[in-house]
Amino acid sequence: MRPAELANPSRFNALVARVLPWLVAATVLAFVLGLYQALFVAPDDYQQGATVKIMFIHVPSAWLGMLGWALMSISALGTLVWRHPLADVAMKTAAPIGAAFTLICLVTGALWGRPTWGTYWVWDARLTSVLILFLMYLGVIALWRTVDDPSRAARAAAVLTLVGAVNLPIIKFSVDWWNTLHQPASVLRLGGSTVYPTILIPLLMMAVAFTLLFVTLHLSAMRNEILRRRVRTLRLMRAATANL
Amino acid sequence: MDLGPHAGFIVAAYAVAVAIVAGLIAWIVIDHRAQTRILEDLERAGVTRRSSPREEVP
Repeated sequence: MRPAELANPSRFNALVARVLPWLVAATVLAFVLGLYQALFVAPDDYQQGATVKIMFIHVPSAWLGMLGWALMSISALGTLVWRHPLADVAMKTAAPIGAAFTLICLVTGALWGRPTWGTYWVWDARLTSVLILFLMYLGVIALWRTVDDPSRAARAAAVLTLVGAVNLPIIKFSVDWWNTLHQPASVLRLGGSTVYPTILIPLLMMAVAFTLLFVTLHLSAMRNEILRRRVRTLRLMRAATANL
Repeated sequence: MDLGPHAGFIVAAYAVAVAIVAGLIAWIVIDHRAQTRILEDLERAGVTRRSSPREEVP
């Protein structure tokens, strides 16, 4: 199948049906290996003790919360510029998944912050910008539900998504631009990771597992959305036929 | 595995993550079943798209 043929929703769904069982198996395997490494192999941190285990779900979910919006932004360009038939499907279905990962990031961060910092929440730049990301996800989801026509909703959501993309570099560099209680970048930084390999490797394995989960959920949700639009088309056809 | 004095926070963090992911999976599975069922009902009622494959006429 050539990449251009994926623009056809029926062919896309056929491809998803073939790929999905393999993706599910890879995701489960990645989580088994990642969780084993994170919970039973990785040592406790010399300062934080066992609470460092929260990092293995907090950091990947933070990455995927941002990746979700980045994916939506690329899809928004696909909707507004190239009018790709699957671009707005990808944009719409990434929103609730990205919101869920951002929520995991916020809650696990609060639960990690209490024993480490002595507080669940503080209005520092990193935490606040991630909270704004979560609220923007909710806004986009609400916008999709407000406008009935999918193509009109797609254009409005695409504009909102591209405006909201400004928040991504703010989240990433907030710990460098402002004094924050949140620690500075320690994995994705110019000078290389400062995390010791015995903790870094399980973290990267969990990041792979979370990414596979995101891809699996996103492709499944895209397939559902294509079916939903087919249902909408058939209902409109039935209504038009009934009015003749 | 000794989770130390803050075990409650660690367990709660993993539990919340599992609950949210489980909710996402349930939403997608239930939605897929619902859309498939509605589509089948419509097609059974004779509502099909023009681009749907037609049966071969002998």
